[in-house]
Amino acid sequence: MAKGGEVKLIGGWPSPFVMRPRIALNLKGLEYEFLEEKFGAKSELLLRSNPVHKKIPVLLHADRPVCESLVIVQYIDEAWPSSGPSILPSDPYDRATARFWAAYIDEKWFPSMSGIARAQGEEAKKAAIDQVVEGLSLLEDAFGKISKGKPFFGGDTIGFLDIALGCFLGWVRVTERTQGLKLLDQAKVPGLAKWAERFCADSAVKGVMPETEKLAEFAKLIMAKFRAPPPQ
Amino acid sequence: MAEEVKLFKTLSSPFALRVDWALRLKGIQYESVLEDLSEKSDLLLQYNPVYKKVPVLLHNGRSISESLIILEYIEETWKQDPLLPQDPYARARARFWAKFGDDKVLPSLWTAFISEGKEQEAALAEASENLQKLEGELNGKKFFGGDNIGYLDIALGWLANLITVFEEISSLKLVDGERFPLLLAWMKEFSDVPLIKDCWPPHDKLIPRFIARRQVYRMKSSST
Repeated sequence: MAKGGEVKLIGGWPSPFVMRPRIALNLKGLEYEFLEEKFGAKSELLLRSNPVHKKIPVLLHADRPVCESLVIVQYIDEAWPSSGPSILPSDPYDRATARFWAAYIDEKWFPSMSGIARAQGEEAKKAAIDQVVEGLSLLEDAFGKISKGKPFFGGDTIGFLDIALGCFLGWVRVTERTQGLKLLDQAKVPGLAKWAERFCADSAVKGVMPETEKLAEFAKLIMAKFRAPPPQ
Repeated sequence: MAEEVKLFKTLSSPFALRVDWALRLKGIQYESVLEDLSEKSDLLLQYNPVYKKVPVLLHNGRSISESLIILEYIEETWKQDPLLPQDPYARARARFWAKFGDDKVLPSLWTAFISEGKEQEAALAEASENLQKLEGELNGKKFFGGDNIGYLDIALGWLANLITVFEEISSLKLVDGERFPLLLAWMKEFSDVPLIKDCWPPHDKLIPRFIARRQVYRMKSSST
């Protein structure tokens, strides 16, 4: 593995956003120190490194912080241009397309996913699920156009958009299990269903994608905290 | 062969204005297509089916949506007069703050503008906090981009325009010289840059539009 200089990543194992730079660093063959935050208590280092948002992930490269997961992934691509494959495509239009869908995932699709668990009542739940399914149908379409028959959005290897979407697969599986749904349905989204398997099996992803079981337990924990009455 | 560059926009969209500025900065010839968002054209719906919004950039028949993404596309397609710094760390910072502007600053200022009472008080406090962070980021520079305007100035440029509009309509003081001397100075410097000034939306047209938009929001919230 190529030495990346002094690279640290502040994060947590359950966070899909933290997974993004981890996959990127793996793709580039870069070593890094993973500084795991304890759930419920933010470290001094985190607060100092990301004073604006106080959130993970934060990449520290020679002690300089980079924040916001997709900004970090682009940084990794640009700071180590000759290590490993390019994460973003080379053509400006393809780059714009990848960025567009990544922004869609963050601004529309993932919020609709987390909306399912938060929905109150059967009707609201159904509406939330319908939104997610609609989004997946759009993404299936996008996958067909962008991959052009290749295994990933990025082509032969995992790229920016694979990372942007793939990081949520653990949570998709947890949602499927807890809600009794099939979201990555072979019948409805065959392209994405197969892509998801390939993504999770990739060597850059395997070690950082949490097991569904472990994630489901964690989800129960945070839902309990979310629903718990405020402390006296 | 002449390149076809078209920008679908509205007169008041601050997001579309970013694209105007970027194209002009790079000296790119383009055609503007004014959209009426109450009656969207077939072309707009075809080019931006997901969001059905402006701006959309059309370049040789291919459409790009989402203003910050369009800025990066412009930067990568036309290499003259770069908008972003070369250094990866400086680029990451510029992208971070542009996102902060869109995710935090704009929504808090917008809420402060359209809301009333306690909601407005809370929004104003949040907006001030956000503006303080931008003030800190300027850190003695003339522009966010340094000596010349760049990606982040363009991304935050809506501040220089809309703050004045919001302050005039609401009689609030959002950016005062005491708390935000650097930001106020930047707003003036930015507005004075010739290519920025050249496509500044007409103030007298913006005022009634934003008064009307505020009215719509206030009516919607009071009817719940």
